[in-house]
Amino acid sequence: MTPQAYAEIQKLRTRYPRSRSAVMDALRIAQVDHGGWLPPEALRETADALDETPAFCHSIASFYDMFHLEPLGKHMVEVCTNLSCALVGAQTVLDAFANELGVRPGETTADGEVTLRAIECAGGCGRAPVVVIDHTYHEPVQVGDVSGLVEGLRGD
Amino acid sequence: MATSPKLLTAGTEEHDLTRLDEYVAVNGYIALSRARDLEPQALMEEISAATLRGRGGAGFPMGRKASLLAKDTGNPIYLVVNADESEPGAFKDRDVMRFTPHRLIEGCLITAHGIGSQSVFVYIRGEYLHEFEVMRAALEDARKADLLGGVTIVLHRGAGAYICGEETALLESLEGQRGQPRPRPPFPPVNGLYGAPTQINNVSTIALVPKIIELGAEEFAKIGVPSAPGTAVFSLSGNVAEPGNYERPLGTTLRELIYDVAGGVAGGHELKAVIPGGSSVPVLTPAEIDTPMDYDSIQAAGSFFGSAAIIVVDERCCMVQLALRAEQFYMHESCGKCTPCRVGTRWLVQLLTKIEEGHGEATDLDLLQTVCDRMLGRSLCALGDFAVYPVASYLRKYRAEFQAHIDGSGCPFEGESSIEGIFAPVDQHVHPVPEVARV
Repeated sequence: MTPQAYAEIQKLRTRYPRSRSAVMDALRIAQVDHGGWLPPEALRETADALDETPAFCHSIASFYDMFHLEPLGKHMVEVCTNLSCALVGAQTVLDAFANELGVRPGETTADGEVTLRAIECAGGCGRAPVVVIDHTYHEPVQVGDVSGLVEGLRGD
Repeated sequence: MATSPKLLTAGTEEHDLTRLDEYVAVNGYIALSRARDLEPQALMEEISAATLRGRGGAGFPMGRKASLLAKDTGNPIYLVVNADESEPGAFKDRDVMRFTPHRLIEGCLITAHGIGSQSVFVYIRGEYLHEFEVMRAALEDARKADLLGGVTIVLHRGAGAYICGEETALLESLEGQRGQPRPRPPFPPVNGLYGAPTQINNVSTIALVPKIIELGAEEFAKIGVPSAPGTAVFSLSGNVAEPGNYERPLGTTLRELIYDVAGGVAGGHELKAVIPGGSSVPVLTPAEIDTPMDYDSIQAAGSFFGSAAIIVVDERCCMVQLALRAEQFYMHESCGKCTPCRVGTRWLVQLLTKIEEGHGEATDLDLLQTVCDRMLGRSLCALGDFAVYPVASYLRKYRAEFQAHIDGSGCPFEGESSIEGIFAPVDQHVHPVPEVARV
C-alpha cells in the first residue's frame, strides 16, 4: 500500500466514533491502489491500516458488490438488467455489448481491457436502459450507441 | 392542468441549486436560521403538526419517530440519513442529491437542532458517485459559509448492497460490519448507531423539512391529503411515454400520474400491470389505477406506497418472467441471515424457472403459494416479505397466465415477451460466471 493510501485511511478513521466504520472506504482505497481488485495482500494491508484482521476485511469485501476479489479488466461496463431497464430493452443492449466485446456477462476480454457485467438496479430507471462505464452513468443507452461506447474505451 | 406545488424540486427549473449562492437566492437556509431561533421542542412540534410521513417506504410520521428517541442516556444522539436508494424503480433521492443538495443539508441541520444532535451521517449508496461528489462540494460550501453551527455531517459511501437500505442493516454497515439486519426491539430511537439513540430518515423526508419550516405546518398540511400532507416525487419508469421524476401532491391517482403526467403507455400499447411503489410491492391491475397514491389509499387497495416508484408494464410482458426477474433480484440481495428469506428466495427462483421453461406441474402453483406463505413475516427485516409480494401478487392476479405456462408446457409468449432473454447478475464475486438461467 502506498504511504498516501495508508495516510488517507488513517484520516478517514478519525471521522467515526469507532474506526471500524472506515472499513468500506479503506477497502475502496486499497482496491484502487491494487488496480481495481483486492488480492490477499490488499486485504492484509487494509487490515494492518485498520488494526483489524485480514479475515474481517475479507468478510466485508465478500459481502458488498463493489469489492472485487478477482482481477477485472482495465475498464468496467455494467448494464442494468432490473425490471425498469428490462422492460425497455436492456437485454438487447447487454447482448450488443457481449457481441461487440466478444465476452459473456461476467467475463473480461482476452486482452484484459474490458469487463462486462450485468448489474441490479442502478437507480436510473427514468432514463433506461442504464449503462455504467467506469462508474459514470450513461442513460439511456440504445443498441446503436454500443459500438461507439466500446470504441471510446478501446481508444483509451 | 393546474400547476402543482413544488417543495422538493422548487426552484430547480430556474436555478442551479447545487450552487450555494443560487440556493440562497431562493431563500435557502432561511428556514435554518428560523429553526435555530426556536426551542428544539417547538421545532419538533411544528414538524409533528405537519404530519410529515417518511418518504422512504414505511410512511411513519417523522415527528412521532423523533418523540421515541431515548432521553438522557449519556450517549450522543445521532441523525442518520438513508440515501442508500436501491429499490428497483426508485430514483428520486438521487435527484434530490444531485440537483438540490443544499435542501438536504439544510434539512439535516434543522432536524439535528430539533433532536439535539451534533452528529449526522448520510449513508449514500456506493453507485451514486456523482451524487456523492455533488453532496461533498455542497457540504464544503456550507461549511465555508459557517452554516453548520458545530454540527458534523459525514458523507458515508456504501459499496453495493440493497439490504443496506433497511435501517438496521444500514446501521450495521455504517458501524463497519456486513449489512445484516438486527433483531428489533430495541429500535434505533433507543439503541441505534453505536448503541446510541438514533433518528433515521430517508433523503426525501429530510429534504422536505426546510419547506415545512418555511411554509409553516398549517400551509404544508393543505397540500396532499389529510392523512399524508405534502408532495412526493413520483418516479415513473417502464413502459410509459415520458418516464422520469415528477413531484405531485400525495393523493394524486395512479391514472393521473401515468396518463396525464407521464404521457400514458408508450407506443400505444395496452396497460397490463402497475407496480406502484418499487419492485417489492404487490402489483395492481389496470382496473385498480384510480387508486390515489397516498399511504392509506394504496394500502387499502392491497399494495404499498413504498418509494413512490411506479413501474408501468404493457401487454407484451410475460408475468412469469417478470416475477422470475424480480425474484432473482431478491435472491441476489438476500443477506443470508434468516433462513426463510435465504432459502425461500432460491426456491421461488427455481420454481419460477421450472414453470417458465415449460416443466411446471399441476401442483407447482400451489407450491409457489405455500413457499410464499411460509416466508411472509418470518424474517428479521422486510426483505423476506419484499421477496414474496411480487410473486404472490402476480400469481393471484395473473393466475391464468401462470396456469397457461403449465397447461401449454411452456411460455405462451413463445419467445416474444418484452423482457425475453433478460439476464440476471450472478454472484459478482465469482469469476468467470457459471451458466445461469435466463428468463
